[in-house]
Amino acid sequence: MKCNIVLAGVGGQGILSIATVIGYAAVDSGLFLKQAEVHGMSQRGGAVLSHLRISDKEIYSDLVPEGRADLIISAEPMESLRYLPFLSKEGWIITNKNPFINIPNYPAIESILAEVEKQPHHISFDGDGIAKNTGNARGVNMVIAGAASVFIDIPFEKMKEGVRFIFNRKGEDIVNKNLMALEEGRKYALEHR
Amino acid sequence: MDTKKMLLLGDEAIAQGAIDAGVSGFYAYPGTPSTEIMEYAQHSKEAAEKNIHRRWSANEKTAVEAALGMSYAGKRAIASMKHVGLNVAADPFINSALTGANGGLIIVSADDPSMHSSQDEQDSRFFGKFAMIPILEPCNVQEAYDMAFYGFDLSEKYKIPVMIRITTRLAHSRGGVVPRKKIEQNKMKLPENKRQYVLLPAIARKSYKHLLELQNKFLEESINSPFNKYMEGKDKSLGIIACGLGYNYLMENFQDTGCPYPVLKISQYPPTVPQIAKMVDECNEILVLEEGMPVVEELLRGMLNRTGKMKGRMSGEIPRDGELSPNIVRMGMGMEDLTGNAAPSMLAQRPPSLCKGCPHIDTYKAINEAIKSVYGDGHIFSDIGCYTLGALPPFESINSCVDMGASITMAKGAADAGLFPSCCVIGDSTFTHSGMTGLLDVVIEKTNIVVFIVDNSTTGMTGGQDSHALGRIQDICLGLGVEKEHFHIINPLPKNHNEFVEIIKKEIAYNGPSVIVPTRECVQTYKLHASKDKEKSNE
Ligand SMILES: Cc1ncc(C[n+]2csc(CCOP(=O)(O)OP(=O)(O)O)c2C)c(N)n1
Ligand code: SF4
Repeated sequence: MKCNIVLAGVGGQGILSIATVIGYAAVDSGLFLKQAEVHGMSQRGGAVLSHLRISDKEIYSDLVPEGRADLIISAEPMESLRYLPFLSKEGWIITNKNPFINIPNYPAIESILAEVEKQPHHISFDGDGIAKNTGNARGVNMVIAGAASVFIDIPFEKMKEGVRFIFNRKGEDIVNKNLMALEEGRKYALEHR
Repeated sequence: MDTKKMLLLGDEAIAQGAIDAGVSGFYAYPGTPSTEIMEYAQHSKEAAEKNIHRRWSANEKTAVEAALGMSYAGKRAIASMKHVGLNVAADPFINSALTGANGGLIIVSADDPSMHSSQDEQDSRFFGKFAMIPILEPCNVQEAYDMAFYGFDLSEKYKIPVMIRITTRLAHSRGGVVPRKKIEQNKMKLPENKRQYVLLPAIARKSYKHLLELQNKFLEESINSPFNKYMEGKDKSLGIIACGLGYNYLMENFQDTGCPYPVLKISQYPPTVPQIAKMVDECNEILVLEEGMPVVEELLRGMLNRTGKMKGRMSGEIPRDGELSPNIVRMGMGMEDLTGNAAPSMLAQRPPSLCKGCPHIDTYKAINEAIKSVYGDGHIFSDIGCYTLGALPPFESINSCVDMGASITMAKGAADAGLFPSCCVIGDSTFTHSGMTGLLDVVIEKTNIVVFIVDNSTTGMTGGQDSHALGRIQDICLGLGVEKEHFHIINPLPKNHNEFVEIIKKEIAYNGPSVIVPTRECVQTYKLHASKDKEKSNE
């Protein structure tokens, strides 16, 4: 088993929580893990990136090699395209369709989404809408994690445990809301794969 | 012993390793990518129970000196910083190689090739070599953890400080660490030789001779190091010397097949001469992989490049600057480029910008109105911190960012040259890091400059660490001799804008040093404090 993931988004979108859920699930399943995070200026609206590598064998590079990503998981459509050079020919893009516009020159969203549509393997969805429907507008990142779970060969139960692991501190209600977001994201991806 | 794997960042692995190896004190000044070493120690319950020192220092120099003092007293100490921090700490660092250590002493310097969040991409291995001390360069989090143990032992064995050099990717990469049996802290024990730390010339000459004698021992240690290894390979057309993370990127490309070439992995310096000689003798060409500058490559090439065999950053197989990556290493070996499709050209960049509600925004509005719109560009020196973003649109207020503290002193020099008005903007944490001494120069000469100390109560740029300046700026400035009438504190709220502009104009008109302190908390730490207060009241 081997899965190379590039996680993308903008500071504050909860990318690192997605990484933590998947990472927790991987380690709990006895797999090797390497996760490179880009720290630094993220709090001020810059692009955020994390490389997540999971394998049943020892992993060398902390970075996903160019052209070898199995998944690009993005909280935002433009960011999903930024890392195309990492994506392998068979790789999938899993992205939220809702743009995060904090710059004056954000390209026309239609052309961004058209580019996403052009990619041979992708799932794009209204993550914000799905999250809202679960009564948890802030659960977008867990919707995205749920959608991605379909492509990661780790028992879904372990992903759920990952969610419990990060939200436990905040009480049962928040845990359940985020679990629901995770389930809904997964459901969407299973239906639209 | 708990042998369950811990999931740690490289920085955290060093911190946990140090805690488990019996460290008694962490000393540091924040700086990406080294910050999480201290932050981990600060959040560690274990470190709290063991009463380990883990407070920020005013700057890197004071951090290294305090660590040296703890080592003098016989205990294990670690000082951590980003690469440019080591420039600031260079004096105690270099001289500590002559005084040597008593309790184990580790200096961690975190380099930032590709300058993700730094002014330059200098390579700390030069400094380690300059000081002539052993350098450890972990290639994964397990090595980072283990090297804390190993480093302290090595330090105590030869009574010498040891450098751990990491780079951004390892500092901020998470992986599994198997912990080891914990070691108790050292008891206090003063150095046997009471003159060990007295670098009077007559003593220092002896210390230096001793350091020179140790060099062979350090080489022996490298040769026997568990972190260095020579791997035979059938294909002798190429030999590869892979330092630090270069080893990972190399092996990544031979995950399934195994590397056909002989490989020398170097994670402890000085480089292992006999193994290098063997490789050079046996192989047609040598590729040197280093994260950072071509430190080893330059040594091997020599000025005359007599072997003609060396390949790497200096001959262009590997780019001269920037980080390595698996693909860069691949192409350096002449293998096929695996890069996927290019990103569409229409994508826009997201440059960092000041947070909504950031106090610096209001300060720059006032500064632009009072200075830029009256005197034009070129009058405002600045420093390093969130406020450096004032160089970018929409403000474009400031004209320099060089090294911490340089704003005040550059403004002074420019004023000495006749620039009027000559002003500078410096953050509160940067001010206590390196601004105070410069201000003393200004006060003593009564230089005509206006200093803005933008006080947001924190070290914002690196994630909101406590600032030594908190609640002390007025006392410090007045204590240094700034005149009370020319020292102002103002909350840069929009409603105070006009008052702020008036103060600036008045102080420009005054022929002498003025200090204006726009004071309002960083919105990020404000939010953090507010949510912590809320959590508390919910409990
Ligand atoms: C010698 C050195 N040490 C550390 C750093 C990392 N660094 C950059 S800005 C900064 C702190 C800035 O804090 P402050 O001056 O209070 O400004 P703020 O970011 O809060 O606006 C630090 C620690 C550096 N660039 N150089
Ligand atoms: S982190 Fe704080 S100081 Fe930095 S830009 Fe944001 S609000 Fe301003």
